[in-house]
Amino acid sequence: MDNLFAYIMHREGAPHDSAAELLAAARQLAPQAAPVAILAGHGPELDAACQQAAALFPQVWKIGHPYLAQPNAEILRPLLARLVPQGALLLLAHEHFAMDLAPGLSVKLGAAYLPDAVAFTGIEGGRLKAVREEFAGLVSAHVSLDLSAGAVISLRPGAFKAGEAAPVQGQISDKSAADLDGGMPPARRRYIETVAAEAGEVDITKAEVLVSVGRGIQDQDNLELVFDLAKALGAEVSCSRPIVDAKWLPKPRQVGTSGKTVKPKVYLACGISGSSQHLGGLTGASCVIAINKHPKAPIFQRAEVGVVADIIQFLPVLTKAVRAAK
Amino acid sequence: MEPVILSPAALPATQALSLALTLAGLGLFAFILGRRLAPLRLAQADLRPGSWGQRLAGLLKYWLAQYKQPRYPLAGLLHILLFLGFLVLSLRTLTLIFIGFWDGFTLPGLAGQAGHVYALLKDYTATLVLVVAVVAAVRRGVFKPARYAVPPQHGQDHTGEALLVLGFIATLMLSEALFEASLQAALTQAGQAGQPPAPGSLAWLLTLALGNAPRDTLQGLHLGGYFVHDLAFYGFLCLLPLGKHFHVLTSLPNVLFMKLAKGSVKPVRWGVADDKLDDLESFGVKRLEDFTWKHLLDFYSCADCGRCADNCPANAVGRPLSPRFLTIKARDLLFSQYPLHGASPEPQPLVGGIYSEDEIWSCTTCGACEEECPLMIEYIDKIVDLRRGLVDDGEVPASLQAPLKALDKRGNPFGKKEKARADWTLEEEFARQVEVKVLDGEQEAQALYFVDSITSYDPRLQDIARATARLLTACGVDFGILGKAEKDSGHEARRFGEEMLFQALKEHNSEAIAETGVTRIITSDPHAYNALTKDYAGLPPVEHLSQTLQQALAQGHLSFQPLAEPGVVYTLHDPCYLGRHNGLYEAPRQVLDAIPGLRRVEMERSQDRSFCCGGGGLMLFYEPVEETRMGRLRVEMAHKAGAEVIVTACPCCLVNIEDAIKTSGLEGKMRVMDLSELAAGQLSNPVSP
Amino acid sequence: MEILVCVKQVPDTAENDIELAKGGRDIEREDLVYSVNEWDNYAVEAAIQLRDQVGGRVTVVTIGGEEADEVLRRQLAMGADGGLHVNDEALEGSDGLGLARVLEAVAQQGSYDLILTGAQADDGAGQVGGMLAALMDLPFAALVNHIEPSGAGALRIGREVAGGDQEISEMDLPCVLSIQTGINQPRYVGIRGIRKVASVEIPQLDAAALGLDAASLGAGAARLRRLDYFVPQSGPGARMLAGKPDQLAAQLVEILKAKGGIR
Repeated sequence: MDNLFAYIMHREGAPHDSAAELLAAARQLAPQAAPVAILAGHGPELDAACQQAAALFPQVWKIGHPYLAQPNAEILRPLLARLVPQGALLLLAHEHFAMDLAPGLSVKLGAAYLPDAVAFTGIEGGRLKAVREEFAGLVSAHVSLDLSAGAVISLRPGAFKAGEAAPVQGQISDKSAADLDGGMPPARRRYIETVAAEAGEVDITKAEVLVSVGRGIQDQDNLELVFDLAKALGAEVSCSRPIVDAKWLPKPRQVGTSGKTVKPKVYLACGISGSSQHLGGLTGASCVIAINKHPKAPIFQRAEVGVVADIIQFLPVLTKAVRAAK
Repeated sequence: MEPVILSPAALPATQALSLALTLAGLGLFAFILGRRLAPLRLAQADLRPGSWGQRLAGLLKYWLAQYKQPRYPLAGLLHILLFLGFLVLSLRTLTLIFIGFWDGFTLPGLAGQAGHVYALLKDYTATLVLVVAVVAAVRRGVFKPARYAVPPQHGQDHTGEALLVLGFIATLMLSEALFEASLQAALTQAGQAGQPPAPGSLAWLLTLALGNAPRDTLQGLHLGGYFVHDLAFYGFLCLLPLGKHFHVLTSLPNVLFMKLAKGSVKPVRWGVADDKLDDLESFGVKRLEDFTWKHLLDFYSCADCGRCADNCPANAVGRPLSPRFLTIKARDLLFSQYPLHGASPEPQPLVGGIYSEDEIWSCTTCGACEEECPLMIEYIDKIVDLRRGLVDDGEVPASLQAPLKALDKRGNPFGKKEKARADWTLEEEFARQVEVKVLDGEQEAQALYFVDSITSYDPRLQDIARATARLLTACGVDFGILGKAEKDSGHEARRFGEEMLFQALKEHNSEAIAETGVTRIITSDPHAYNALTKDYAGLPPVEHLSQTLQQALAQGHLSFQPLAEPGVVYTLHDPCYLGRHNGLYEAPRQVLDAIPGLRRVEMERSQDRSFCCGGGGLMLFYEPVEETRMGRLRVEMAHKAGAEVIVTACPCCLVNIEDAIKTSGLEGKMRVMDLSELAAGQLSNPVSP
Repeated sequence: MEILVCVKQVPDTAENDIELAKGGRDIEREDLVYSVNEWDNYAVEAAIQLRDQVGGRVTVVTIGGEEADEVLRRQLAMGADGGLHVNDEALEGSDGLGLARVLEAVAQQGSYDLILTGAQADDGAGQVGGMLAALMDLPFAALVNHIEPSGAGALRIGREVAGGDQEISEMDLPCVLSIQTGINQPRYVGIRGIRKVASVEIPQLDAAALGLDAASLGAGAARLRRLDYFVPQSGPGARMLAGKPDQLAAQLVEILKAKGGIR
């Protein structure tokens, strides 16, 4: 299959982790194809990111323009609609920017759209069979996508395992000049600034051991149980989104796609069900241990070790045992 | 014979002056009172159901006999003395007014011997009142008991007002005594007998002191004393409606029209039937005039004694609610919205104005404030009315929206499936031992066990349901449950202001219960008990499990085996909706005391002063702003009383206290169990397979 | 400001397990209750707040069967000024683009300055808003967590982006925004509110009324089709520890030691 493209997010001169996953997914669709990575941006950071992407992808398209220094789907979408050929398959990671860019891009390309795929199960008769999750991940669905007029496919970050591939010497084509002849589109959405999430007193991204707490804690006062355990372990405390939404802990302690991505040696998930958004922040954690009272909680799929228990009952027991072991 | 000293009515000038003072004083007072009553005429209707007999009995008990005052011994004693003093001296004051322009006036019935006795009584009374006023002033001004403090968010300190009033009282006592003593001293000097003041009284002391005073001085003191008293009296009278001493006047109607049906909640609008509620434009209280006239009278009647706040658990844990200021802030707003002169300021909504949303949601409706108030001021109905207003405007915190929506959609606040409501009966061991009938038309029973939501669904609390079923079986009660046909009793939905949701739940349950044909309803949840007895109508008799057990014990249908571990100390935590709202203090205690070897202690705050566990039902979902948890304070109280096991008789208390034990560092030293669990564990003829 | 908000009725799945029915062709719906999609509820609240600030009208539209009337009434009770109900069996099985086409036709029957959708619904796709904007050639922003008027004909908006940061932009009207939860606190709607709007007329629209060709709609025209639902086979998953709390804790302590979790 030709016409295979991957739109790569990048930051500070390096492609996003999902780049390798997109490559793996592309190879699943067509093992022999030479997928083209597309990177948009501006200046040396874009150049550096393209260099690194070229170690993964045989071809890299670079779209550089000062207007693209900040990701703005409203500017990029028409550019991609002109650049990507009819009938192409375009892969991208299903995250904040893709949700902004991709649905409209599929319309502009006249292509089908498959959002947030977690697996491909095969191509048959011009249709791609894939797996999606519905109802907040409680149920999965097999879907079938018509590829005849091309498709835009966004992939759940972390769902496609990056393969072990030897670095390649990809070719970087600068599409900035040639394909911007149509001029920059009118910017009906104008970027102003990015307000950084408040910084906290602790940096959970640097912690080696994290005790992370979720909705199972039930009450703000019960957080003491978590802090007690963290103290005994010499760990930091992090949490899932509901805890921040309830304002029980500050935003900088939140793990997940709308919070921090963490990479501790041990991640002890207490009363966290394990939504995909939360697991998205756990990609770098090496050992996940989950305690949850629901045996079917999705966190047990991600975890290495699991305990079915009510954390309110169990944490004090564990804390005591940890103290005794020291 | 020439009078030795001229009385105020003897000279045309002084006679005219006292008449003028009286007319001016009474006129001003009538004007102020008229302004104060203006908002009551604009307020909502309030039917105050109940018989006049009950009302008069209440008046005698709570007003005349000052029944609640001794709950605070020193303040109570001082108040009783002042109150009795006022009653006694009111006759003297009335007499003095007339004396100003009617020489030699005596009240009918107080001429002759009765008059002599009264004269002695009033001399001693006035002396006592002066002493009490001084003691009270020292207490307020020097010792400053903590419960009178005004936190900065609630306005300015009230000590000045208190001292001003005590000053007026002292002035009245002193001027009356001077008026009396100057006359007596003059009469004595002239060798006439007169009516000697009571020996040892203030007037008596002054008479001695003035024994050698020149006649002119005595004449001056006599008239001066009179007019100072006259001025002080009218000044005091007109001051009353301007502050917390309005209660001197309003306490009588306020106690007379007190709420008689404890535990109930007032209807949305008096006189509007439940099925006509849809026609109402607005629900609840959003502005001052949405309160009923009685509730506005409550605001006027508050004596600012601080007892409500002193007993309020929300106040104790630092929630932004103090019943005292709920009232004081409304009273101050009434004063400013209905000023004595000038234009009213632009009206503001109550919540967002004088009240915050958190303040209104912080109340657990435990009733400690109402139990304590000597003036029978109501709080729960006002909180519920304010919440109805918030619900009507959609201003419901997110933490409460989810359970309310689930109650609407699923009939339980957790959003669990209806068909899982009886899943507690499926536990293997239990199912082998006890048969629980589901009264779905195919099976019948004499009694219904109304389980309610939290006991049906919460895995921990399902133990209460199973223990209850075991006990009912052991007592030989032929019972069943509604199963999926049961919905939440709606007790909390109503108290959280969602009246229409409550009405829907009530209709559903009433119908479902009627279809079973049971003649008796038993529940293990005091909230359900209160709902079924107070909020529902037309049901078969309802009893709380503790009553069922009490009865079975009395009839010898039930007996307990001795505790396995004697020497363990137990204490009973009175659930608010069992105790305060329904007066069931004895039943659970009798059940405990029927267990051989059980050692039971009382906490300092028990029975009608029980301290709320943190609130049940929807309060379990609400996230209050607070410094500590009520449950935690409660556990500490039990610990202080020397108890190792807290026994309660309410699933919500159990949850709150169990959580509190875990976070209070007393785990392992204390535990909590429901009365049903304890009793079922001690059955001497346990249900066996 | 004329605002159109697109809402969807979804099953309430938060507290209960979902079971499969009809051999996986559907989920078991018998015991499900339905309500408005959470994200859409935030979108309606945002629209109402904006209208209260600058004036105008809020119209809510839904595509669904008769029972979807309930969500429209709920949003009317919240304070929306009018509802539109697109109800046509021919639309069943539509993919995101199919629904976006229907909404485009609805939007073209009015004159809207702003169209809001929820960021996603029960299927987690988050696609209809972006597609609708593209079809109508309007600017779009996804995951909007802040809206304020910015002079005439523009809005200042915030988007949720990676790491919890917020991207602030200015956007020309008319435009389409997809709304993220947490942008506001939606007001409560009780039974009373819904009863008050029980008699409000809600226009019923079908494909013909919208000038749409029924053949180009529904399952037949969908390029993305759902084949079945399934509960994924558990992967290797976690090694589940067993025992009493004390034993569990002891085992965990050993594992924590081995993994460097105790410092």
